[in-house]
Amino acid sequence: MRSQPASLPLAPGKQDQTVIEVKDLNKAFGDNKVLQGFNLELKKGENLVVLGKSGSGKSVLIKCIIGLLAPDKGSIHVLGESIPDLNESELDKIRVQIGFLFQSNALYDSMTVRDNLEFPLRRHWMQNATQDVDEMVMEALSDVGLVHTVDMMPIELSGGMRKRIALARTLILKPGIILYDEPTTGLDPITAREISELIVDIQKKYKASSLIITHDMRCVEITADRVIILVNGRCYATGSFEELKRSTDPQVKHFFD
Amino acid sequence: MVLIAKTLLQNWKIFFIEAGALSEFTGRFFTQGFRPRYEFREFVKQCFLIGYQSLALIALTAFIMGLVLTMQLRPSLVAYGVESQLPAMVGIAIVREIGPVLTALIFAGKIGSSIGAELGSMKVTEQIDAMEVSGTNPFKYLVVTRVFAATLMMPILVMLSICISLFGSYLGVNIRGVTSFHLFWTQIFDFLKFSDIIPAFIKSFFFGFAVGIIGCYKGYYSSKGTEGVGRSANSAVVVASVVVFIIDLIAVQITDVLGLN
Ligand SMILES: Nc1ncnc2c1ncn2[C@@H]1O[C@H](COP(=O)(O)OP(=O)(O)OP(=O)(O)O)[C@@H](O)[C@H]1O
Ligand SMILES: [Mg+2]
Repeated sequence: MRSQPASLPLAPGKQDQTVIEVKDLNKAFGDNKVLQGFNLELKKGENLVVLGKSGSGKSVLIKCIIGLLAPDKGSIHVLGESIPDLNESELDKIRVQIGFLFQSNALYDSMTVRDNLEFPLRRHWMQNATQDVDEMVMEALSDVGLVHTVDMMPIELSGGMRKRIALARTLILKPGIILYDEPTTGLDPITAREISELIVDIQKKYKASSLIITHDMRCVEITADRVIILVNGRCYATGSFEELKRSTDPQVKHFFD
Repeated sequence: MVLIAKTLLQNWKIFFIEAGALSEFTGRFFTQGFRPRYEFREFVKQCFLIGYQSLALIALTAFIMGLVLTMQLRPSLVAYGVESQLPAMVGIAIVREIGPVLTALIFAGKIGSSIGAELGSMKVTEQIDAMEVSGTNPFKYLVVTRVFAATLMMPILVMLSICISLFGSYLGVNIRGVTSFHLFWTQIFDFLKFSDIIPAFIKSFFFGFAVGIIGCYKGYYSSKGTEGVGRSANSAVVVASVVVFIIDLIAVQITDVLGLN
């Protein structure tokens, strides 16, 4: 387990400030009870990984956090705001501070890479007097090492490149919180490793708090400060990667085999 | 027998569920469509795309329809000795019925399917969700702009298509016998009244609206997976085409009641 960077700009006495708090989250689709009393707490500057099998409701969890899905029961607080109670413009305000990397990248097919990256900038009415849009696009692209693709269409890029562009789009607003939905799924092991390392670099550079959802153990090993295992819609176990690795519980061991 | 009855019942149930959902979607359009923030740039872009994409196809079909209709009608009129009425006959058919409905059907095939497929694929690849987290109301950005654009472009396309059809018809008249262009137009407009054009113009707004909203509805609620996208595009065309005929039926009743026929 990596220690947290010492230079975190935290207010004194707020070393364990919570940025996301999920309590007793329940979400069902018809008879399909996906989440049943899930709890989670993301501390400032932390990389928290939620580990779960395919179909265990990881994407549902993260979509509830960003307000794309409404929970049936339970509370979700992000930066102190109760997400299910916010109206559209209040949600927009809080979403400026949250980056969301979609499982399927969700790049806009009909736009160039540049337009894809500019979209959140222009839409969120960002008044960046100090830095113009072009500069911000280039900076985000250089963070992921893909400056040369700026005028290409998403369809012309490889899967790994698309993931990086999606990551750049997520980062362009310099969010304090980043939610990653399976950042490495569908990539070859080398690219997956690069993406995982990129996540760590980004966390260091922007001092962001990240919630990473995955079932890729290599990614967990590289990125995680703390791990939560999601089984049957509940928080089954929690601890550092090393701790969980030593666990003898069959459900936990299952992930490490 | 029981099985047939059961399937029928099932189909009716699905029909009413769909109709309810579509009405709700339309309601949402009216509650959100007239409130800020207005996506004016996207609207203009969609107007251009929608007009541009369908223009060539509509022009071609309209031209052929005018020409063919004229050639098919001629023998009957000759038999009754009223060949001189040919331009008037064709004119009224094109302006009142064939122009608007044919344009609407082509429009449904071209634009309804492309909106359905576009929004459908945006839905399944989470692009619509991505817009929402990027400070954009996807309903306003995607649906409202497209529906307004389709509603506005349709009457323009219909007027254009009528003109091209009539031109085709003029050529059809001239294949046998010679009529001057001037005489042809005079014959048409002596017969056509202003009240023939207005209902055609008004109903084309409704056609455009129907194609737009159905395409958007089918795409926006596309089911997961790529075959869901195909199904959205397909059923957008089918439903929109049927609705065009239903609107046409209602329109003709209304003009009848108002004494405009
Ligand atoms: N919009 C929805 N409507 C109905 N059911 C849904 C919806 N979204 C998710 N589900 C259901 O919720 C369950 C969990 O889905 P989810 O996408 O969260 O899985 P996941 O843990 O992200 O899996 P994966 O690793 O494959 O992405 C699945 O059974 C799925 O069918
Ligand atoms: Mg998922």
